[in-house]
Amino acid sequence: MPLDQSFTGRSYPPQTSYEVSREKIREFADAIGDANPVYRDPEAAREAGHPDVIAPPTFLTVINLAAINAIVTDPELGLDYSRMVHGDQGFTHTRPVIAGDVLQVTTHIDAIMTRAGNDFINLRADITDVAGQKVCTTRAQLVVRGENA
Amino acid sequence: MNTAYGGPGGGAPGRGEAPHVTAGDELPALEVRITREQLVRYAGAALDFNPIHWNEAFAKDVGLPDVIAHGMLTMAVAGRVVTDWLGDPGRLVDFSARFTRPVVVPNTPEGALVEITGKVADVKDDGVARIDLVVKFDGKTVLGKPQALVRL
Repeated sequence: MPLDQSFTGRSYPPQTSYEVSREKIREFADAIGDANPVYRDPEAAREAGHPDVIAPPTFLTVINLAAINAIVTDPELGLDYSRMVHGDQGFTHTRPVIAGDVLQVTTHIDAIMTRAGNDFINLRADITDVAGQKVCTTRAQLVVRGENA
Repeated sequence: MNTAYGGPGGGAPGRGEAPHVTAGDELPALEVRITREQLVRYAGAALDFNPIHWNEAFAKDVGLPDVIAHGMLTMAVAGRVVTDWLGDPGRLVDFSARFTRPVVVPNTPEGALVEITGKVADVKDDGVARIDLVVKFDGKTVLGKPQALVRL
């Protein structure tokens, strides 16, 4: 079943805030096997010019994934979650994520298309801090494999 | 621009020194082994509990050869080639990749070997460089067009 094209252009306002902790950053850095001290040691981070420990470049997947899942499980969109795969991902950082940040995610459906029997959905998320300043824009393409693809 | 720490080019941190980076420079390569234990750890850290990343029976049932690594974990691991070289990961401003082939992770202590290389593709006048990565598992690329933009 094709995706409902009318979802193109929709935006989803923030449902909640996410507070970034030093502990979560360290847990994520451990999980990706990255020993860089600016992810763990506030002093090392300050020496590098940051106010506190910063998060690895892909850290925002933690909140991005939840925002994506909230959209793709909307029954009206008609997406077969079991056939969905992550096609691509991008992060454009205005600044690094810093421990103590309180972040909000606004998600947009930029495009929905069908090619060769597969559905593609392009999502963009604007991630802002409490001051309303942009921290990062994430982009993801999800691919829903067609029944015969 | 903050150049008071680290710095590409392999030199010691030099305060105020302009980095000597030119197109064609190769970044130090990296070989990383991804194990089942790491998949479980990453699932918890990233809050991505899709069973194709930890449940062998489920993965095979949906047509995969075995449990596969999270694409986002492979991407994060690949990014280390860039951030290790930069010293300060805060200078990576853009990072993107397509997920083109799975990294299959066997239930062995060695896990799956992922090989990452990178080189400077372009240096702009504004001090932003583009790094092109090549990320391979089992001799084949697993990420499409993995690319980073960095502030030098």
